[in-house]
Amino acid sequence: MSQENPNQALLKVENLRVSFRVNKKDSVETVKGISFEIPRNSTVALVGESGSGKSVSSLAVMGLLPPDTSSIAADSKIIFEGRSLLELSIADRRVLCGKEISMIFQEPMTSLNPVFTVGFQIAEVLRLHMGMDAKQARKRAIELLEEVGIPDPKNKIDAYPSQMSGGQQQRVMIAMAIACEPKLLIADEPTTALDVTIQKQIIDLIDALRIKHKMSVLFITHDLALVGEIADHVIVMRNGEIREAGTVEQIFESPKDTYTQALLHCRPTLDTRPWRLPVIADFMNNNGALVDQKQRPRGLKGDEEIVLEVKDLGKSFYSREGFFGKKEFKAVEGVSFKLARGKTLGVVGESGSGKTTVGLTLMRLHQATTGQALFEGKDILSMSNKEFHHYKRRIQIIFQNPYASLNPRFTVGQILMEPMYIHNIGANDSERSAMAYQLLEKVGLPTIAFHRYPHEFSGGQRQRIAIARCLTMKPEVLVCDESVSALDVSVQAQVLNLLQDLQEEFGLSYIFISHDLAVVKYIADQVMVMNKGKVVELANSDDLYLNPTQAYTKTLLNAIPKGLQH
Amino acid sequence: MSTTITNPTVQTVSPGLWALAWRRLRADKVAMIAMAIVAAFLLTLTLSAAGIIAADWEQESGVSYAPPGFIGADTNVAAKVEVEAPPPENPLDPLADIIRELRKQPDADQAIIVNDYGIPDPLAKEMAEIRAELAKSGKAVVADRLTTLPFGADKWGHDIIKKTIKGAETSIVVGLVAAFLATLLGTMFGALAGYFGGKVDDFFNWFYSIFTSIPYLLLILSVAAVLQQKGVTTIILILAFTGWTGPFRLIRAEYMKHKAREYVWAADAIGASHWRKMFVHIFPNVSHVALVQVSILVVGFIKSEVILSFLGFGVPVGVVSWGSMLNEAQNELILGKWWQLVAATAAMAVLVTAFSLFTDALRDALDPKLK
Repeated sequence: MSQENPNQALLKVENLRVSFRVNKKDSVETVKGISFEIPRNSTVALVGESGSGKSVSSLAVMGLLPPDTSSIAADSKIIFEGRSLLELSIADRRVLCGKEISMIFQEPMTSLNPVFTVGFQIAEVLRLHMGMDAKQARKRAIELLEEVGIPDPKNKIDAYPSQMSGGQQQRVMIAMAIACEPKLLIADEPTTALDVTIQKQIIDLIDALRIKHKMSVLFITHDLALVGEIADHVIVMRNGEIREAGTVEQIFESPKDTYTQALLHCRPTLDTRPWRLPVIADFMNNNGALVDQKQRPRGLKGDEEIVLEVKDLGKSFYSREGFFGKKEFKAVEGVSFKLARGKTLGVVGESGSGKTTVGLTLMRLHQATTGQALFEGKDILSMSNKEFHHYKRRIQIIFQNPYASLNPRFTVGQILMEPMYIHNIGANDSERSAMAYQLLEKVGLPTIAFHRYPHEFSGGQRQRIAIARCLTMKPEVLVCDESVSALDVSVQAQVLNLLQDLQEEFGLSYIFISHDLAVVKYIADQVMVMNKGKVVELANSDDLYLNPTQAYTKTLLNAIPKGLQH
Repeated sequence: MSTTITNPTVQTVSPGLWALAWRRLRADKVAMIAMAIVAAFLLTLTLSAAGIIAADWEQESGVSYAPPGFIGADTNVAAKVEVEAPPPENPLDPLADIIRELRKQPDADQAIIVNDYGIPDPLAKEMAEIRAELAKSGKAVVADRLTTLPFGADKWGHDIIKKTIKGAETSIVVGLVAAFLATLLGTMFGALAGYFGGKVDDFFNWFYSIFTSIPYLLLILSVAAVLQQKGVTTIILILAFTGWTGPFRLIRAEYMKHKAREYVWAADAIGASHWRKMFVHIFPNVSHVALVQVSILVVGFIKSEVILSFLGFGVPVGVVSWGSMLNEAQNELILGKWWQLVAATAAMAVLVTAFSLFTDALRDALDPKLK
């Protein structure tokens, strides 16, 4: 092993080029000659949106790229402690990765093997890399679980992954990653799948472990605010190139690159609410000049017209227990709220809080167990299906995942015309297609989109298609179920702007369900905080964020990553 | 953005699903070869069904078991008579004198004509006269039976190539139609069971369990016994009624998976009916499963037809299929007449392989996820 030279960088990547074969002849370069260094004992954050090549770069370091479809250019160099990783044999590399360099992935649920206990999986790493016997490994595994903050590690070591929560599973992944005391820990979006309160715990844990074990961390994320909390150095990537690299202070306080500036500004913040969120294009065109905007007022005065009133909504799921018994699980219990016309009600909560169930129950995609939802004085929950059919077009929903919510076998034109056809909107097909073209224009898609299939569009464009589909029916209430959560930060801003424009134009009322408190703060007039199926707090959004009255709301608000803090 | 929207008539039409699939298929050499082979089979089938080729397959154009042309005429039979020395005379035979007379007797013109059994045809002279007369009066001349045919002949002297083509007609039609019918049934039942779940699912599962719990052959025999008719239609119905269980199980699972997908919920939210959700939204997304099932069933059903024909529930007498050819081939093989077996087997193997490769490639080309 090379001697420890404190001035030498732990990992040095030089002119890394990675290309993927798309078919026999063509290949696409996804990483276009990037170079960066990771110093010892520091956290380097690799920030970028999807397709920026950040994950591919880290996989190249780990040697985990699929060998039959990807290739690394011959002049690329990855040097770890003076050893060129790309010149090592596969066996040597395997020893190095796992012991000296280890990695945690985004989805703890799929990274752990469900049929082995977590103790077995941690011990396996120890036996393979550290040569421990079963007894030593088990002892060490318990220590590791304790170190990553799993309560009662002596019993939890025999638990299966499915018996743990997402946050605990990610802790187990971290325990496995640090089991061999690696010098470099690569964390690929380790908190993206987790709730905001859990995210904070995991970030704090990674930082504490880094200091304790004198590791370096390569932290890959799309969330700049999170970077401000953890990183020493930041590398901003876009389309396979490094746009800007520097210390965290440089990046946050005096970003030079327009893209970095745009990224910093298009995320809604908790203290301002500009009329429109800036998007990447604003910065790219204006060369970074920020347009001053007036602030958008949000909140209810109390005299607004109410379009939907929900009273004591409840939804229970039953699971079978024994031969005849069934066990009730109350997913939603006693939820009541009023939705004003042309206003937005934000619903926030962690996973399992029942916020999505509220939305689905209002759409009657789930059958409500108790309660009423009065729409023009009529309870839409107790109507017959036939009666509800006429109301269906007036309450619409936009789902979270635009990749899943559009039928891949329909063209965009078919997708838009289908609801009109079902609800007899428009006299004939030519009238309907004319309306579809208008709506495409309205949501900012080119006309040629009409004949294309959903897979030809990016996530943001697909979400626009989903919005246009809802608009075909001229709804009054729109349920947005995590509608911007799966989108990149810059695209998120565009879709939020679009939703606001449409609200102004058509007087739409939104029920905006999200786990992202900053986004909800930005778009909602009223915010309803949910926890374990119950409403914790319901207030005007400014009031709620400034003066939360409930302890749970305070915890949630404290956990929001706030970027660079002084 | 407004500049791009000014003229809605200027459209770049995105290639449709089938156009895309075709483009991907064309890039796949194996698939194209397989497709050409399947197309050639279907073309032959159409031509023979239209009576353009192989219409005269029943003509006994060769001698019985005439060997393939590339082997050459079977000389054994004729040679046997000439070469074989007469058995030694039995001094005690009271007819010895007469036999000696007979052996010497044959006329010069009669000696050459020797029939299948190595015995001179006593009526040869008369037959030749009749033929000559027929020829004079302009009637069709009954051609002399050939001693070799391009790929041999069967027991009755039918040309094996023509017989194989005619047999393909029955076998492919049975395979294709029965497979489509079985998949259709399986898809309908599977869609209903998987989509609605609950009681409907229970009912179909119960039905399925009963069908699969009866031994396959027994089931086929009982359906055949109920239908009480021999013929191609019967075979198709038997195979379709017994073969739907495979597609049913797979399609049901796909529907269970897809009905919880967001795009189906989205369809529900815009007010699409159950029927619309099942067949307009979900079916195109699971159609590749049905396609693969069709290909597997076609292969299986062509083989099943053989079994049915063997058991006597197959094609009626006078109709030829690959199954009946294989059935005949069993006895021939003992005599060393391998060509009928080879012809039917080779035709079946080539078609089945080509069809499997083609549907496999088609599945890949149609799968929206593999883009």
